[in-house]
Amino acid sequence: MSPDELRPRVLAELLKIAPELDEGELRPGEPLRDQVDLDSMDWLNFLIALHARFGVEIPESDYAGLDTLERICAYLAARIPKPS
Amino acid sequence: MIEFRLPSLGADMDEGKLLEWKVRPGDAVKRGDVVAVVDTTKAAVEVEIWQDGTVSELLVEPGTTIAVGTPMATLLAPGEQPGAAGAPAPKGEAKPPAGARKAVSPAARKRAAELGVDADSLAGTGPAGAVTIADVEGAAGKAKAPAAVPEVADRGAGMRKAIAAAMSRSKREIPHYYLSETIPMRRAAEWLAGANAKRPMSGRLLMAALQLKAVALALAEFPDLNGTWREGAYQPARAVHLGVAISIRQGGLVAPAIRDAQSLALDELMAALADLVKRARAGSLRSSEMSDPTITVTNLGEGGAESTFAVIYPPQVAIVGFGRVAARPWVDDGAVVAAPTVVATLSADHRVSDGHRGAAFLAALAGRLQEPEKL
Repeated sequence: MSPDELRPRVLAELLKIAPELDEGELRPGEPLRDQVDLDSMDWLNFLIALHARFGVEIPESDYAGLDTLERICAYLAARIPKPS
Repeated sequence: MIEFRLPSLGADMDEGKLLEWKVRPGDAVKRGDVVAVVDTTKAAVEVEIWQDGTVSELLVEPGTTIAVGTPMATLLAPGEQPGAAGAPAPKGEAKPPAGARKAVSPAARKRAAELGVDADSLAGTGPAGAVTIADVEGAAGKAKAPAAVPEVADRGAGMRKAIAAAMSRSKREIPHYYLSETIPMRRAAEWLAGANAKRPMSGRLLMAALQLKAVALALAEFPDLNGTWREGAYQPARAVHLGVAISIRQGGLVAPAIRDAQSLALDELMAALADLVKRARAGSLRSSEMSDPTITVTNLGEGGAESTFAVIYPPQVAIVGFGRVAARPWVDDGAVVAAPTVVATLSADHRVSDGHRGAAFLAALAGRLQEPEKL
């Protein structure tokens, strides 16, 4: 799955955590936590939800690089298990 | 005959509206069972009972607003027979189906009560499957979306009013003193990173869990910070029921308790915190969590605040604040280095403790955070 294909699915998980989020107001390339009210519990729950949905284990050491929606989608796209 | 009364649900709540009974006459209840759901300005609170018995009579109809202390039901104590003057015999009605309670937003629960809909039986379409007003109204065949707006606005206004009352009372009655200490966090951060590297995602800990546990353990030596001030006298608490300030997405906050925090393992405390945050935001808390925090912790570092000097939540006598954990200049062995630190603060009631004690508490807290493996 490409990052572009992943985007709506990732956003859907984010919306479950932050229902007030207006997708149209998200600025590309900017850290999500600068734009959406997400505390560390929300963030952890978001990453757990991504793991559950896409089967990608995300080590904590990678969290820092996953700040924007684009980076998250690219990260997942590179790691989603391919159907055998 | 046991009289079950509406318990206090926090200093800023003196009444509540009964939304539903979770029991019927004839039902056996045991200590800790949820028997009713009461709507307050802050949440739809699941009211627990603290005695074993059999429900005899329900004295309050759903939809009724009652004051704290009002008798809500009568129960027969274990072994007690219905008296001649008595309680109505159990009607043998079918119990509601057993099952896990659904997350239902407070406004949705309120609307469900108005429309006579069983919110727990609906399939939710909200966050994490929560039942929303739209779900309730859809089920009742009365989809009136605009009605949701005043409900939510009422909740927000009610919560603001409750916070205003509690905080005004605090500032009027409690002579606060304030202290702060910068605590090095390198050991805690390294320990946490090492511990989380070995854990599956769903089992990872947040720094907040370490901070909460450190507060709970440090309080063991400071009974004058953990308790309540009622009717002109201080009552130290036997356990640490740690109130956690949780912001609500729509605005406002609640500070329900993680009970017996001092005796929870870090994993248990983390799970309790995650559960509490989830339920606080879904508007589904329990009466014991609302009524008996013995001290509160607030963490405003998430929003970037360097430190917070918080207002004590009466009748408690202290509140601990944490700011952001970040790399800052720190003197280590005579040299200035960049190190992760956090500013911890204490606001405490001068009627009960003095600054000397408060400073010793912050030092003890700092000490606990230097030994994360012992938390």
